[in-house]
Amino acid sequence: MLRAKLIYVLGRFAQMIGVLWVIVTILFLIFRLMPGNPLVAFIDPTFTEEQQQAITHQFGLDKPLYVQYVLYIKNLATGDLGTSFFQKQPVLSLLMDVFPNTIVLTLVSLIFAYAIGIVGGSILAWRRGTAVEGVGIVGALMTRAAPDFFVGMLVLTLFSFKLGWFPSSGVSSPGTIYDSYWRQLIAPDFWKHLFLPALTMAIYLQGLPLLLMRSNMLEVLDEDFVVMSRMKGLPEWRIMLNHAARNAMLPVVTALALGVGYAVSGNVVIEMVFSWPGIGRMLVKAVQAKDYPLAQGAFFLIAIVIVFMNFVSDILYSFLDPRVSSSRKEVG
Amino acid sequence: MARVTSGSELIPAIPETQGGSALGRLARSSVDILRRDRFALAGVIIYLLIIIVAILAPVIAPYDPHAVLTQNGAWLTNQEPNGTFLLGTTNVARDIFSQLVYGARPALLVGFSAAFFVALIGTVIGLIAGYFGGIVDTLLMRLTDIAFGIPFIPFVIVLVAFLGPSIWNVVLAMALLLWRDTARVIRSQVLTLRSRTFVQAARISGAGSWRIMFLYIAPNILPLSMLYGTLAIGWAILTEASVSFLGFGDPKVVSWGFMLQDAYVSQALARGAYFWFIPPGICIMLAVMAGFFIGRGYEELLFPRLRGR
Repeated sequence: MLRAKLIYVLGRFAQMIGVLWVIVTILFLIFRLMPGNPLVAFIDPTFTEEQQQAITHQFGLDKPLYVQYVLYIKNLATGDLGTSFFQKQPVLSLLMDVFPNTIVLTLVSLIFAYAIGIVGGSILAWRRGTAVEGVGIVGALMTRAAPDFFVGMLVLTLFSFKLGWFPSSGVSSPGTIYDSYWRQLIAPDFWKHLFLPALTMAIYLQGLPLLLMRSNMLEVLDEDFVVMSRMKGLPEWRIMLNHAARNAMLPVVTALALGVGYAVSGNVVIEMVFSWPGIGRMLVKAVQAKDYPLAQGAFFLIAIVIVFMNFVSDILYSFLDPRVSSSRKEVG
Repeated sequence: MARVTSGSELIPAIPETQGGSALGRLARSSVDILRRDRFALAGVIIYLLIIIVAILAPVIAPYDPHAVLTQNGAWLTNQEPNGTFLLGTTNVARDIFSQLVYGARPALLVGFSAAFFVALIGTVIGLIAGYFGGIVDTLLMRLTDIAFGIPFIPFVIVLVAFLGPSIWNVVLAMALLLWRDTARVIRSQVLTLRSRTFVQAARISGAGSWRIMFLYIAPNILPLSMLYGTLAIGWAILTEASVSFLGFGDPKVVSWGFMLQDAYVSQALARGAYFWFIPPGICIMLAVMAGFFIGRGYEELLFPRLRGR
């Protein structure tokens, strides 16, 4: 049994590496085969022909495509993502500077969202058929339908521009310098900056766990052990909490793992609204500036997070639900 | 969305149908949904309204959405809403109401065309994978895994940045990636249909694989494709809005996402110019919700166990 699990995990891991390799290859092709010289932003129009060729040579762009590809894979495998065209620094270190911001934003808002979703979904299931449920479902659908950046704009207008309770952009007040990331993380100023983007993201994200929790609860409430508890005369709140909610939460937990990956990809827009210096904002800025090595690196890092979280969620699911060996559950 | 996810565990109550009657049945059951489900009816009404506004845009909109409005040579910038400018003007003197009206066009174009391709590609891949099984299935499902591994919004941004800002490139990016959910669900559906008696009967009577797939199995999964199609309309409109908001939209097209971006970068938020950025946001929400509502109706048709929940 354990052996079978191990084989499954290893196989799934190998598959993850395979998927990453294909994504990396697609990324290479997108950035090399697209119209236009990738160095167009880098080469000054005043450069002479020789200077241009020297730069092309320096970046290895005069070599045949397959040589470039082999080099590219080799560099990636050793963690070398190249040098940013404009900031003249290694892409990896630029990315690592902002990556923690994205992770903090994503995790804080996901925890918020799933807490609201799990509690709210249980309440909706409990209050099935009442006005509370009707309002709750329409509310959840509305938050799913609202563009996240629009919610961000509303939140900004109200809490920042109108009430002045929270700052409108960035991670810290101007002039603040922390000696370590940890210090920043425990500074009240940082949390003040984090609040609005995290709130916006949580509003968008809570709809999925809420609806998922609700329908899982409804399934579970029909099952024999719940009927049994009712017959035993247990109080309703205990049945809900100890029996129904606990069992209904399993799929929500796997959805949370998947959610991390999709949130890191999806919060590109929110990072732009709140000028939150994260990986998504770096990607958008790099694409706008035609800073290809940086754009490619940011894309790659986001893809790694998604592919890895897909892997984690599959493994979690296989452990939580013994019926599953290799089939999987998906979350839109 | 969540209901689709949880529903995929249930067995859709698709009655077996063969040949051309499926379309008729789909139409009949669609009417049935509308009669029973007020949400689905609301969704359809919202879409009809948007379609009418999009078609009649030049009649409804008082001004050209791009025109800079002047009076005695002076630009009419940042006008408050009034009788002449129902929602006021932008900081470069364009009529906001007219922009809102014209914004219905790209929303519909992107929404319906992307949804069509997403449902079509997803259905065909799911059909082929589920029907043939074996190596074909393995390859196509690994392809689906790859599509699930590519970050969606970043992919759209990069593709649009390279291919040029146009709503058709946004549609292309969505068609290239978003078939993934549909393909998985359709495949598992085909797996259960493949062994049913009417398919076997067709096989025994000498029908070829493609004939069985498209004439016997496809009509039965059509409602499921339609469900994913209606949901995709909403995603497509949201995606186009996000891409426009990030500044990668087609500068010649006035979409609701473009209006929001325009308002955002013009400091409309700090000035409290609500009439500028709230209406386009509400329009996007309505369009996306309409898709969800119609989707809900289809789900109840497919998964009758959900009814009344």
